[in-house]
Amino acid sequence: MRQLTHLERLEAESIHIFREVVAEAENPVMLYSVGKDSSVMLHLARKAFYPAPPPFPMLHVASGWDFQALLDHRDKTVKEYNLELIVAQNEDAEEQGINPFDTGSALYSQAQLTDPLKRALTEHGFDAAFGGGRRDEEKARAKERVFSFRTASHRWDPKNQRPELWNLYNAKKNKDESIRVFPISNWTELDIWQYIALEKIDIVPLYLSSPRPTVERDGLLLVVDDDRFRLEDGEEPVERNVRFRTLGCYPLTGATQSDATDMNKIIQEMLLATGSERQGRAIDKGQSASMEDKKQQGYF
Amino acid sequence: MTDQTPAQDSSFQTEALIAEDIDAYLDQHQHKSLLRFITCGSVDDGKSTLIGRLLYDSKMIFEDQLSALENDSQKHGTQGEEIDFALLVDGLAAEREQGITIDVAYRFFTTEKRKFIVADTPGHEQYTRNMVTGASTADLAVILVDARKGILEQTKRHSFLVHLLGIKHLVLAVNKMDLVDYDQGTFDRIVGEYTAFANEIGIESFTAIPISGFKGDNITAPVGGAASSNTPWYDGPALIDHLETVEIANFAAQARTFRMPVQWVNRPNLDFRGFAGLITDGSIKPGDAVRIVPTGKTSTVKSIATFDGDLDEAVAGQSVTLTLDDEVDCSRGDMIAVADDPPEASDQFETTIVWMSDEALKPGRAYWLKLGPQMVSATVAEPKYEICVNSFEHLAAKTLQLNGIGVAELRTDKPIIFEPYTKSRQLGGFILIDKFTNATVGAGLIHFSLRRAQNVHWQPTTITRDDHALLKNQKPLVLWFTGLSGSGKSTIANAVEQRLNLMNRHTFLLDGDNVRHGLNKDLGFTENDRIENIRRVGEVAKLMTDAGLIVLTAFISPFRVERQLVRGMVPDGEFIEVFVDTPLDVAEQRDVKGLYKKARSGELKNFTGIDSPYEEPQNAEIRVNTVEMTIEEAADHIIAQIMPLK
Repeated sequence: MRQLTHLERLEAESIHIFREVVAEAENPVMLYSVGKDSSVMLHLARKAFYPAPPPFPMLHVASGWDFQALLDHRDKTVKEYNLELIVAQNEDAEEQGINPFDTGSALYSQAQLTDPLKRALTEHGFDAAFGGGRRDEEKARAKERVFSFRTASHRWDPKNQRPELWNLYNAKKNKDESIRVFPISNWTELDIWQYIALEKIDIVPLYLSSPRPTVERDGLLLVVDDDRFRLEDGEEPVERNVRFRTLGCYPLTGATQSDATDMNKIIQEMLLATGSERQGRAIDKGQSASMEDKKQQGYF
Repeated sequence: MTDQTPAQDSSFQTEALIAEDIDAYLDQHQHKSLLRFITCGSVDDGKSTLIGRLLYDSKMIFEDQLSALENDSQKHGTQGEEIDFALLVDGLAAEREQGITIDVAYRFFTTEKRKFIVADTPGHEQYTRNMVTGASTADLAVILVDARKGILEQTKRHSFLVHLLGIKHLVLAVNKMDLVDYDQGTFDRIVGEYTAFANEIGIESFTAIPISGFKGDNITAPVGGAASSNTPWYDGPALIDHLETVEIANFAAQARTFRMPVQWVNRPNLDFRGFAGLITDGSIKPGDAVRIVPTGKTSTVKSIATFDGDLDEAVAGQSVTLTLDDEVDCSRGDMIAVADDPPEASDQFETTIVWMSDEALKPGRAYWLKLGPQMVSATVAEPKYEICVNSFEHLAAKTLQLNGIGVAELRTDKPIIFEPYTKSRQLGGFILIDKFTNATVGAGLIHFSLRRAQNVHWQPTTITRDDHALLKNQKPLVLWFTGLSGSGKSTIANAVEQRLNLMNRHTFLLDGDNVRHGLNKDLGFTENDRIENIRRVGEVAKLMTDAGLIVLTAFISPFRVERQLVRGMVPDGEFIEVFVDTPLDVAEQRDVKGLYKKARSGELKNFTGIDSPYEEPQNAEIRVNTVEMTIEEAADHIIAQIMPLK
C-alpha cells in the first residue's frame, strides 16, 4: 500500500485526460503559450505518450509583442523535443494600427490573441485544443469543465456545458464543433511551481529574478524588452531586479521586484505574496466578470 | 473584517516556516495527500460562506481578490458591513446577480497535511444533476444544516444522493451555532434526528460537528485545544482536523484485485507495444500474471514503462503504460486484470439512472453509453420505478424527467466489462450520451448483470446470410422509405416492388399500417411506442436481409435517431434511406386517409407534422420529390439508383 501524494494524483489525472483526447479526437492540438503552465502541460504530455512523442502539434499564438526570451525558449524547446510548432499571428496588426500602447485592452486582446487563435483552429481543422487553464485562477474558471465544448464559431455557452461525472469525459461532437480541454484544471499555482521544481522542468528565465531595464507606469512595473517600447516624456528605464509571475505581451505585463533566483525562493515569494497571479495582467481589468465575457468570445 | 480572528496556527500553512525555511516547508508540502470532498446544504445554510471561510483561513485569498470582495460585498453582499465570504465562490455573473450558485464549482485549499479539492454544489431542488456530478468524484461529503432550522427535506435529499453515489465519509456540519447561542441541546436534537434518518436509508456512520462558518468556530482547532471555547461541551475534532485525517478512497482501492482499463495502445515503433491506462484497482509488478478481458488471453507483465524509467510497482490511481511478454490482442476498451480474478462482462443490467437532460428519457431509444474507455450503444427499458428524492418512495414511472432518479433495466449492443458500482465507482459508473445532440443526458450506476452474457452465445448456423443471398442471386437491401403521412411512401414502395418482381428479385414490403394490425398491435402512437414500433420493424427487416431478401419498408419513422438505429443493424451499404419529400401543405391537401383533418380538429393526438415533429433526413441515399415527379418517375428513379445497369 502506498499513499500517493497530491502531485502524483494530479499528474495521473492529467495524463488520463491527455490520453482520452488523443484516443477520441481526430485532430488535437496543444495551445503552447511557453509560460509555466504550458511547460507543465508539455511535460505531462511527454509523460502520457512516452516513449512516443506527443502525437499532436503545438500552437503558439504570438502577439508580436512577446518577450524575446520567451520566443528563444520556445524555439529551443521545440528543437530539443522534436515537436511540431505552428505559430498563429495577426500579420496585419501594424497596418490596422493595433499595438499595446494605443489600442484599448479589449480590442487588443481580441485582434492579437483571440482572433488569430480562432483562425488557426479553423484553418487547421483542429477539433480538440489543450489549454493550460486552471480552476484556481479566477472565479469564472472555477466552474469550467475539463472538456469545454465550443460551437462552430468557437463560442463558449456557460449554460450549455456537459456534466462531468467520475473521470468520464464526453468527447462526442458534431462536425465543425470543437472542445477545449484543460488537463491541469485541478492544479493550483503552488502545485505548478512545486511540480516544476520537483521534475526540474526547464522554464523561461523571465520567471527568475535578474537585473532588467524597467519603467513604472499605471502601477505596473514594465520591462523595456526591445526598442519598440514607447517611452513617455520623462520616462527613463531603470535597472531593477525583477521577475514575472505570469507572462503576456511585454508592454502589458507587470513585473515584480524580487531577488528570487531559484525555484524554492520563487515559491517562497509566491506563498508570502499578497496579490494574486493575474494581478500583473492589464487584460483582466475592467468589470469583475470580464474573464467570463472574453471566454464567451473565444479567449482561452 | 470579522470580529473574531480564526485560529490558523494549528493546521493551516504556517507563515513562519515558509519565511524561515522554505526547503523544509516544501518537503512537507510535497508529501501531502489529496482529499476531494463535496459540500451540500439548502439555500441559506451558509455553504458558500463556509467555503469562503476555508479559503480565507488557509490564505488562499490574495489582497487584490480581497479588495474586489470588499467592493462586491458593498454592492451585492448580504452581511451588511462585513465581508460576505459567499461572494468569493459565486462565480458566474448571472448567478452573482441572483445571489445563488447554479453549477458545480471546484475550489482548492491546502493545510499542512493535505491538499483539498472542494466541489461546491447548489442546494436548489432542480439541481440534483449538479450534486450528483460533484459527488461522483468526492471521497467525503459535508452536509450543512442550519442549527435554527434543523433537518430539512433538502438535507435528506442531499444525504440520499451522496449515499447513492457511494461516498463513505459523511460529515453533518451543524452550522450557524452562533445564532442559537452555541446551545448543546439544539445540536444534540439535530444529531438525534439525523441518526434516525441515516439508519433508515442505510448510511452506516457519520461525524457530527457544531460549527459557525461565519464566526469560525470549530473550523480549525485553536492552539492547545480541541474545540472552540464557545462549545466547551463538544469534544470531537474541528472540521479541518477531521478532513485531514479521514481515510482516502484511493487507499482502499489499492487493496482490491488489479484492474486497468486500456485507454490507448502505444506503438511508436516495431519494438514497443505498450498498453496505457489509469489503474482503477489494486497494484501490479513486472512478472505478475494478467488476463486480457474480454478475449481471456493470459500473459505476464514485462515492464511498467514510464518517462521516469521502468517502475518496480504501480498502484491504483496511477497512469502507467504496461508492456506484456506475449503478443496479445488488446485495444482501447479492453481491460488488463489479474489473471485469476478477472471482471465480468455482460450486456444486460439492472441500473440506477439519474436523468440530466431537459428532454425526458426515451425508453427503447439508443443512446451512447460510456463506461471507462468503453463506448457502446445502449437502450434503457421503461423504469421499474422512480425514486422520490424527498420521501424515498418508489413511484410508478414510464420515463424519467430532468433530475429524476429511477431503477431500470439496460441493454447494450455488445457486452461491456464492469463491476457493480458499490464495488467500484470507476467500473460501475457510466454516462449516457444523446446520439443526435451529443449531450450528456444521464448518468447510471450498475447494480448487477441480469445474466452472464458469456453464457449466451450467438447460435451459429451452417447456412449463412451470404448463402441465402447467393441462391437468390441478389444483394440483400433495406429500402427504408420515410416521409410524412400522405407523402406517397406506400404507393411508391409498392411501385418499386412491382418493378423488382419483374426483374426476378426476391422482395418483401413491410407497410406501416399492415404491421400495426399484427406484430405491433400492442403499440400506440406516443413517442415511446413509435420508437418501439420502428425498432421492431428494424429487427424484422434485418432478419429478412439475413434471409437474402430485398426489404422495402414504408413507415413515417419521424426520428433521425431511430432510422440511424436501424441503419446500424444491417451491414454497411445495405441500408438505403429513401426520403419521400412532400411538403406538409401538399400532404395535408391530399389527406388520403382523412387523418390530417382529424389531427387539426384535435381528435388525433401526436400526429407527425401537426403536433409531433418530423426530422428530415440529412444524408438520405435517395430523395424523391413527389411534387415534381410522378409515382412512375419516382419508382424508376429509385430502381436506377439501386440496380445500376451493368
